[in-house]
Amino acid sequence: MTTQAAISGHEAEHSGPNYIAVFIYLAILTAIELGVYAMGLPQVAKVGLLVALAWAKAVLVAMYFMHLAMERRGLAIIAITPVLLVTFLCFMLLPDLTSRMWTRFDHPRPVTNAAEMGANPVAPPPMQTP
Amino acid sequence: MSEAAAVDTHDHGAVRDQLEPSLTPGNLGKLGMWTFLAGDAMTFGAAIAAYGALRIGNPNWPSPAAYLGITTTAIMTFILICSSVTMVEALGAIQTGKMTKYRNFMALTVLGGLTFLGMQGFEWHHLIELKGMSIKVDLFDATFFILTGFHGCHVFGGVVYNSVLLIRGITGKLTPAKANLVEVAGLYWHFVDLVWILIFTFIYLI
Repeated sequence: MTTQAAISGHEAEHSGPNYIAVFIYLAILTAIELGVYAMGLPQVAKVGLLVALAWAKAVLVAMYFMHLAMERRGLAIIAITPVLLVTFLCFMLLPDLTSRMWTRFDHPRPVTNAAEMGANPVAPPPMQTP
Repeated sequence: MSEAAAVDTHDHGAVRDQLEPSLTPGNLGKLGMWTFLAGDAMTFGAAIAAYGALRIGNPNWPSPAAYLGITTTAIMTFILICSSVTMVEALGAIQTGKMTKYRNFMALTVLGGLTFLGMQGFEWHHLIELKGMSIKVDLFDATFFILTGFHGCHVFGGVVYNSVLLIRGITGKLTPAKANLVEVAGLYWHFVDLVWILIFTFIYLI
């Protein structure tokens, strides 16, 4: 039985969706997330899977707990607007990120600014004298 | 999807829009809350995007697994999901006039929020006292405390909001005729749950 069928199948008996089914799907997805976290997958696969699972859970909460699946389209438009704007923001950040990453690969240099160092500061190498 | 099915889906949406009036006192609060949540979602979205940008741009960013345990936060996630279920059950109860059931489920929702806050306090105490983390140490610590703290403030606000509705239910000031107030509060509470789902993934797991 698909998620959609299980959730909406209950609607025939009650006025709303089957919240216990939604809860079970959320709990299963959380357990899968923890499994992916502990499996030691390559970083790209791990990040992709975890992000996809998080979005699946967020969509379940928005659609059924927040009733977006049963609401007017106007509310859905209000709900989707920040998602689109944040996606746009991420694309706006890409040029800065990619340029910093390429600069790092082309001209490796030690980090000297404390604000950029994070938790593991790397001291610059000593100057070479001729 | 076949053409007939597509037409049917389209008609269903159109009928639903026609049946529901646009702005009535009953759904004005819901519209207001959704508008507020859209703005709040932008704030959280920008904060998480900034976290991602700082993290990707910094080759020395530490692994969260080295600092943050996920056992406590996994339990916190589960508690918040449970409290979302109790919230929708409270809404269903008041909509059908079952006030005792409403009070019980709303009390469980408040209890879930308080438990979450207590566990977050325990986690922060552990990280600050035993692992030496502080908002002043570096960007990793600062982004962690700002994001989880901002979310914690939302949970606190939700606990106060739900407590007010619980007290009004106990004193008889909240009746099934005002069930839309609980629905609006529920939107806020589920949003807090939704944001935590994303924070749990981006801050703790990745």
